[in-house]
Amino acid sequence: MRKILLSTAALLAFGTGLAQAQVKIGLAGPLTGANAAFGVQMKTGADLAVQDINKAGGVLGQQIQEVTIDDACDPKTAVSAANTLVSDGVVMVDGHFCSASSIPASKVYSDNGILEISPASTNPAYTDEGTAFTFRTCGRDDQQGKVAAEYIADHFKDAKIAVLDDNSTYGKGIADQVRANLAKLGVPIAYNTSYTAGDKDYSALISRMKQQGITLVYIGGYYSDSGLILRQGAAQGFTPQYVSEDAAVTAALWQIAGPTAEGMLMTFPPPAEKDPAAAKVVAELAALKEDPTGYVLYSYATIQIWAEAAQKAGSTDPSKVAAELKSGGPWASVLGPVSFDAKGDVVNAAYAIYKWHNGNYAVSALKP
Amino acid sequence: MAYALQQLVNGLTLGMIYGLIAVGYTMVYGIIGMINFAHGDVFMIGAFIGIIVITALSGITAVPLGLLAALIISAALCGLYGFSIERVAYRPLRGSFRLAPLISAIGMSILLENYVQTSQGALERAIPNLIPGGITLMRQDGFAVQLTWMQIAIMAVTLVVLAVFTYIVTKTPLGRAMRAVEQDAKMAALLGIDTNRTISTTFIIGSALAAMAGVMFLLYYGVIDFYIGFNAGIKAFTAAVLGGIGSLPGAVLGGLLIGLIEAFWSGYATVAYKDAAVYSILAIVLMFMPSGLLGRHEVEKV
Repeated sequence: MRKILLSTAALLAFGTGLAQAQVKIGLAGPLTGANAAFGVQMKTGADLAVQDINKAGGVLGQQIQEVTIDDACDPKTAVSAANTLVSDGVVMVDGHFCSASSIPASKVYSDNGILEISPASTNPAYTDEGTAFTFRTCGRDDQQGKVAAEYIADHFKDAKIAVLDDNSTYGKGIADQVRANLAKLGVPIAYNTSYTAGDKDYSALISRMKQQGITLVYIGGYYSDSGLILRQGAAQGFTPQYVSEDAAVTAALWQIAGPTAEGMLMTFPPPAEKDPAAAKVVAELAALKEDPTGYVLYSYATIQIWAEAAQKAGSTDPSKVAAELKSGGPWASVLGPVSFDAKGDVVNAAYAIYKWHNGNYAVSALKP
Repeated sequence: MAYALQQLVNGLTLGMIYGLIAVGYTMVYGIIGMINFAHGDVFMIGAFIGIIVITALSGITAVPLGLLAALIISAALCGLYGFSIERVAYRPLRGSFRLAPLISAIGMSILLENYVQTSQGALERAIPNLIPGGITLMRQDGFAVQLTWMQIAIMAVTLVVLAVFTYIVTKTPLGRAMRAVEQDAKMAALLGIDTNRTISTTFIIGSALAAMAGVMFLLYYGVIDFYIGFNAGIKAFTAAVLGGIGSLPGAVLGGLLIGLIEAFWSGYATVAYKDAAVYSILAIVLMFMPSGLLGRHEVEKV
């Protein structure tokens, strides 16, 4: 009896293996920890992309199998996650989220000849130090920081400015871009400092800014920390204009900060969900009761563009797809047409200014 | 002057929370000579029980009643956690070599973290500020010193809890038994003290205090996740060592000092290196006073 069962099981396994050739891709992001809200956004987009592509016949007739792994936005975990994906035999990775994860992981992927396309890591070093296998579908912090600095210079010329960062690769990277661009525009910064990401008590920092009469605070850091700064600031009666970046674009920020986030500004790429190219996917997400904002569509586009390039290259071999991605664009995606430059960055990535109002964020200015 | 006063308020509030957690570390160390690394996670579970109770009661009862219920239920359930942790992870190893319960404690800490992560989810949980507002203590050159109701509540609850606790340890038969077991467990047992029971009670009281600290942390910061026990635990452990591990007033003093160092260092030096400042001061204190500020010199028992 047992033998029969075993052999049936073996047959079944063999049978499915024969019936459906599969190609494995990885999704790596923070599914736990302080940035989990973004990991969930990435997974929502990736799951739907895989489902849509598989429904339409897969890539080169092969069904996509998604392997999800958590890196908790921790560089060490990211490297071991990358190694796990490599041994799982993935050909492409949608990820990682945090720049501090994507950069060390990119070495692992490059060494093993696997494509890494990040939908979210904006630190310039990611592609500057990357290899032929390193891509991103989002913009770069030198673009994003410039937009923020120009907006501040145009609209808050007389503000007393503090620029904070969380000492992470990403947070410090973008805050330094803002600092450099503000200096270039001749806008003085009254107070510069770093805080420790993951800290819970910012009361001393807030008192200090309050004492200096700061009226505008730029925060280069993730929502879990910036949300607490907003909240604790309001408790001390410190309510400056806050400006932050793409790591604050999640409903989780409002959950933490509540009404104290009213009027906070953020830089983020123009709303992809408003793009006609995304209409179909946005409708599918609405049917699943998922929010299409944040990084959901970026993650979707990452897999979509890879699948198109693989189809066009006639192979899922990462080096062929990598070459095709750079030469064969522009790629039709939910973000609109996307082309990559020689470094693997998106050509002409744009940034818009978003504003929090009553629990939602919306574009307040497309150009500074 | 006003600014310094504001930083004093910030530091004291933070220090009170550290101190309350540190008391649990120091109690357990005093009585069985081990560092209970799972203590920070009991604090985290206390905060989670708090958020569950507050969410369940919101709208049904008045806010102060809900908060009181959260404190009591959380303390009771965490006492149960403390009791079970000791029973499952430490008691079977009591006769074993010194490092065994320590490793067991680290295992317990990871277990509790992962348990909360799977049962409550990995995302942060937030509650709105339940006691908004406060009073302005003084104004000087346009700088208003704010003391929020929440900060007053934290200080008041901490002081009351510590007063009750000091009374238990110094004036009741249970406290006497605890001190006896701490001094010499074998001799205490020979004199008719139920050591197992005393140790269990110590864990229950320590965990209940951690739970209260957890609920107050939740109320003050409004945001918790399964990982808060780690950072808070490390800081509280540092507080216990700074004050002299094994000494109860030392734990509170250590907690307050660390809170104040963090606030004043951030306020006058640089925010970025406040943790470095805390640990440097710890290192310097231990160099000159190896048993901490109020710790007794450890006499080697032969």
